[in-house]
Amino acid sequence: MRYLDEYRDPVLARALLEEIHAVATRPWTIMEVCGGQTNTIVRQGIDELLPAGVRMVHGPGCPVCVTPLEIVDRAIAIAVRPNVIFTSYGDMLRVPGSATDLLTVKAAGADVRVVYTPLDAVRLAERHPDREVVFFAVGFETTAPANAMAVLHAAQLGLRNFSVLVSHVLVPPAMTAILDAPGTRVQAFLAAGHVCAIMGWTEYEPLAARYRVPIVVTGFEPLDLLEGILMAVCQLEEGRFEVENQYARAVRRTGNAAAQEAMTKVFHVSDRTWRGIGEIPASGLALAPEYTDFDAVTRFEVGGVTARENPACVAGEILQGTKVPTDCVAYGVICTPRHPLGAPMVSAEGTCAAFHNAGRLTPSEPTP
Amino acid sequence: MTIDPLAMTCPAPLRGGDTVLLGHGSGGQLMAELLADLVPVLGAEGQDDAATVHMASPDVVISTDAFVVTPRFFPGGDIGSLAVHGTVNDVAMMGARPVAISLAYVIEEGLPMAELREVTASVARAAAAAGVRVVTGDTKVVGRGAADGLYLVTTGIGTPIPGAAVSARHGAPGDAVLISGPIGLHGITILSTREGLGFESEISSDSRPLHRLVAAMVEAAGSSVHVLRDPTRGGLASALNELAAASAVGVRLDEQAVPIPAQVAAACDLLGLDPLHVANEGCLVAFVHEDAAEPVLAAMRALPEGAQACRIGAVVADHPGRVVMRTLLGSTRVVDMLIGEQLPRIC
Repeated sequence: MRYLDEYRDPVLARALLEEIHAVATRPWTIMEVCGGQTNTIVRQGIDELLPAGVRMVHGPGCPVCVTPLEIVDRAIAIAVRPNVIFTSYGDMLRVPGSATDLLTVKAAGADVRVVYTPLDAVRLAERHPDREVVFFAVGFETTAPANAMAVLHAAQLGLRNFSVLVSHVLVPPAMTAILDAPGTRVQAFLAAGHVCAIMGWTEYEPLAARYRVPIVVTGFEPLDLLEGILMAVCQLEEGRFEVENQYARAVRRTGNAAAQEAMTKVFHVSDRTWRGIGEIPASGLALAPEYTDFDAVTRFEVGGVTARENPACVAGEILQGTKVPTDCVAYGVICTPRHPLGAPMVSAEGTCAAFHNAGRLTPSEPTP
Repeated sequence: MTIDPLAMTCPAPLRGGDTVLLGHGSGGQLMAELLADLVPVLGAEGQDDAATVHMASPDVVISTDAFVVTPRFFPGGDIGSLAVHGTVNDVAMMGARPVAISLAYVIEEGLPMAELREVTASVARAAAAAGVRVVTGDTKVVGRGAADGLYLVTTGIGTPIPGAAVSARHGAPGDAVLISGPIGLHGITILSTREGLGFESEISSDSRPLHRLVAAMVEAAGSSVHVLRDPTRGGLASALNELAAASAVGVRLDEQAVPIPAQVAAACDLLGLDPLHVANEGCLVAFVHEDAAEPVLAAMRALPEGAQACRIGAVVADHPGRVVMRTLLGSTRVVDMLIGEQLPRIC
């Protein structure tokens, strides 16, 4: 298959691994930002094939995982309204709220539907003028343009029964928060290729310079990750701290101008709470004043819904890379993909779920 | 007051309609007409409420299954052919030759009669092609909203193939793990057709009967064919986990050897699904004594449904109940069962 097999070639992969082993002379800690990258690393066991000192820590780039509990509770509060069709990407449905999740309220009769694009939600609103159609607009810069397009499209159609529950987050502020955190161990980043396909990498240049940290824009296939790791290790070994682009087949320095335009038209930058991390200034997107009519929080008056995390869950430390899932006492014991305590165990992209699905056990029980 | 003549309908003439009505399940004349319509298509007798089937052996293999697929028609098959293939395959996976099937319809009122006829014709064609008879059945009609269009419920019976000793518990360390063909086609076709994702133009379901393949495998190796399973819902990963647990053995898979069609890989990548968790309806996985592996593979490849048969791993004594895969890059990971429903990811 074009664009797939080429990036999974075992022979090339082994050559890259050998090169990483040859180049690395010291221990290095590298964070891959995106959950899709975490998934490839853990499923392919890439971290286990790296030189002993080169350590991958898994970053906060799973949109499901960082969506705050209270937003999930608000989603559920909206979804159970009798006249609502609540639409979402699939993996948000299993995220536990304080008391229940969207799949459970669906089974109890709520009209909750999986859509593959937000434009499907707009089409539903067109088809059901007597119902309120709500789309759960979550994600990083990757999904923001499509979600913005849905709002623009609904505005153009004059749809008054369409709204969005927005929980958009931005990557660079999260990277800054991680670098500013006391005791941070991250020495280099693999930036998320698809985020950069939208945004380009100019925003990362000041970060690299200010924190003297190499940032490599990286794809999601095994060879992408191995090459990204190699580029990061080379920079670290040579004392460079530049933004480099491994994912040249998809990413340009300035990104996708049309997508950025749709985003900036519909959303403006706002403070956001990240599940497990807390509030990060200017780290998310909210609807711009011209589009607040589409805000589901005000339409359904769920702004008062607040929630508190389960204190046993160390999601925050996992998302910041200071702990790995196997450090957590709940991991695999009371917290499993079937009964997730916290969000990183929910999505296949979540670090805890990626570990669990790949059979990573607690340190006392070695992986076969 | 004005009267719309088109809105005036007479409640009396209920026959010959285009849609199934509640009355078609009432046991009265409408039902008799419906059965008169369907039963001959299936080649069943229809006068009695049960059927007598001659079996060649005192042991009978029996399996029952319900079919609720949405959409009912999809590239590569429909709910009717799927019901026959699913039932035939469940009987065959016991090392048996399927002989006869019973078929019950649960119909939501309002189903177009033409669709019911089309599904019935498909059942008849699939049964004839598989060489099994539909010998008895039942029809129930439920109110609007009490079912989703049409459900089929089947029971299949068969006789054990002489010399076969197949069971989920018979896997032994050293066995070769074989698969009869590419995985993931059925699940991705159904998902893509249901959600309009566009992959269905390039792929179709692998739904097909596998009993001839099983017969050929048993003929080639007799009791050396230890375990057979068609990895339907939950996919290859769930099937192998179940078999590893039932036989109290471990399974080692080689990722590079698992046949995943390019379109399935692409769709799974896009949607964030694992091909090992995607449903199949036309392939089987087998644990076969290592000495018999090559003759069994040769016998499988001689049939169209086994043309792409290959070895994907081995049964081991280590880590009983667990499936471990050697990845493309040479490390290993545990392959777990699917939890709940497969949910497409955000990005």
